[in-house]
Amino acid sequence: MKRDPVYGIMAEFDSAQALIDAARRTHQAGYDKIDAYSPFPIEGLAEEIGFHRDEVPLVVLIGGIIGGLSGYAMQYWMSAVDYPLNIGGKPYHSWPAFIVITFEMTILFAGISAVFGMLALNGLPMPYHPVFNVPRFALASKDRFFLIVFSSDPKYDPASTRDFLQSLQPRSLSEVPS
Amino acid sequence: MDEQYKATVDAGQAPVIEPGYTFGTVTEKISAIVLTRPASNGWFVGFGIAFLLTMMMLYAIGFLFLKGIGIWGVTIPIGWGFAIVNFVWWIGIGHAGTLISAILLLLRQSWRNSINRFAEAMTLFAVACAGIFPAIHVGRPWLAYWLFPYPNTMSVWPQFRSPLMWDVFAVSTYATISAVFWFIGLIPDMATLRDRATHPAARIIYGMLSMGWRGSARHWHRYETAYLLLAGLATPLVLSVHTVVSFDFAVGIVPGWHTTIFPPYFVAGAIYSGFAMVLMLAIPIRKIYGLEDFITELHLQNAAKVMLATGLIVAYGYGIEAFMGWYSGDRYDAFTLWNRLHGPYAIPYWALLICNIFIPQMLWIRKLRTSPVALFFVSGVILVGMWLERFIIVVVSLHRDFLTSSWGMYYPTRWDWMTYIGTIGMFLAAIFLFVRLLPMISIFEMRTLLPEAEVKE
Repeated sequence: MKRDPVYGIMAEFDSAQALIDAARRTHQAGYDKIDAYSPFPIEGLAEEIGFHRDEVPLVVLIGGIIGGLSGYAMQYWMSAVDYPLNIGGKPYHSWPAFIVITFEMTILFAGISAVFGMLALNGLPMPYHPVFNVPRFALASKDRFFLIVFSSDPKYDPASTRDFLQSLQPRSLSEVPS
Repeated sequence: MDEQYKATVDAGQAPVIEPGYTFGTVTEKISAIVLTRPASNGWFVGFGIAFLLTMMMLYAIGFLFLKGIGIWGVTIPIGWGFAIVNFVWWIGIGHAGTLISAILLLLRQSWRNSINRFAEAMTLFAVACAGIFPAIHVGRPWLAYWLFPYPNTMSVWPQFRSPLMWDVFAVSTYATISAVFWFIGLIPDMATLRDRATHPAARIIYGMLSMGWRGSARHWHRYETAYLLLAGLATPLVLSVHTVVSFDFAVGIVPGWHTTIFPPYFVAGAIYSGFAMVLMLAIPIRKIYGLEDFITELHLQNAAKVMLATGLIVAYGYGIEAFMGWYSGDRYDAFTLWNRLHGPYAIPYWALLICNIFIPQMLWIRKLRTSPVALFFVSGVILVGMWLERFIIVVVSLHRDFLTSSWGMYYPTRWDWMTYIGTIGMFLAAIFLFVRLLPMISIFEMRTLLPEAEVKE
């Protein structure tokens, strides 16, 4: 399949409020494949661009369960099955003594899952991305706010989408080469 | 946050961030320290001294590897000398970083945003210093990896009923989680540095560290979820770490160790010394780098209040220890108390009471609580006091146990001191590098504190 030479059209805004309003209007206008970029997290912005499924908590829960079970199973198998050792007459399977490491392994696995799960779901690390082709996008990590409509959106049309974004009164408008 | 901002201004208190800043100026001010500000002579002198101390530590450890732990002052009955004292002291200092970054995040204390980054860095470096001690204390340090359960030709496994094994897991989990928590906090700021750096090498290095962060709303959403969950996980973790460290003592039967108050009292003491270290670093750094607008009087004052509260918990711990010495009717416990007050180590014990209980009471006075000089002094006193506390717990308990035939004395040698002071040098060297190479205040979290970050639905 031939790739569209244009990745999308990007509008630049001055404030968080302008971005969130623009994102809402763009989504309401029927554009689904859009994204918004900001220098800090803005509450409610992800919902405005139609993002509702955040799988990070599920990943963390699974990681935590795996960590806890494997932590306990490791201690049980090593102390009671593979090499039972009598320590001060305590039972081989001394479950209260195993709680601490079970807890630590739960936290370790859940925490690692949170970090790597977040990165993986975000598709990071990704050193190259078409949005970086826009020189002004360097300000997205400082004090500017950007909204993009991807050319893969079914409603995308070079002229009408541009006109629509212009009607949102952005500070600047740029075409993003892919 | 805007309301809170107005509330503090109305109440005549110092704000979280001085007025007049924008997203742009906050970004400029913090990133300029890393990107454009030349390193001063003072930085080179400070780093040089810290580096020499680090070399001294490596020399002392090298000699230890050559000769064995006989070069230290440890003998039976005091087999746990400076190594364990310093381990507990350093790991305790680390606790303030996690408290600030995780617990205060969950409690929605937005003032944490100015100090969480370097407090977390402090945690990592303190845990690194702490981690050295148990490893070199095991006698044959090149076999320290035996602590981990790995399949081996001896086909034996670690003894999981021992608190020392719990400690291995608690501390290594703590080090790992602190490192990843710090790293994901840095990702958006690395993107800021990538976009602002002019030197090609800096752009490439910060670019790689930023993982290609572009600030997409979807990414921020998952990022915030992960950050919040990590904070929720780090909170019980940090409380568990010093609890487990205290189990190393409390599970033993030595008089002075075998008490149930140890876990909460250790955790409070850890936070106490950790905040003291935060202040000892924050006060000079804010002055030298002109960050008084971001680390304001409010931060100093809040940290002082945390120290006052945790210091009182520690004082309560001492009180209960003394009370139980009398009330339990156990002659060994009673003797432990008498021995602390009148025995051969009475001077460190009285010094401990003065450092940890009496002098910090000056924090009740608001004027002193907001004075950087006074706070710097009290913090130093607390750090000394908390070190003495661990010395008393480890050495004084061990040197007089149940049988007079097994009494002894512990005298640290120059190798003990060189290793201890060397870790302080290593810690400071890491801090010196950190302030020059990474943004010491979280830039993106500072942006959220500005009034212009507010959005209406």
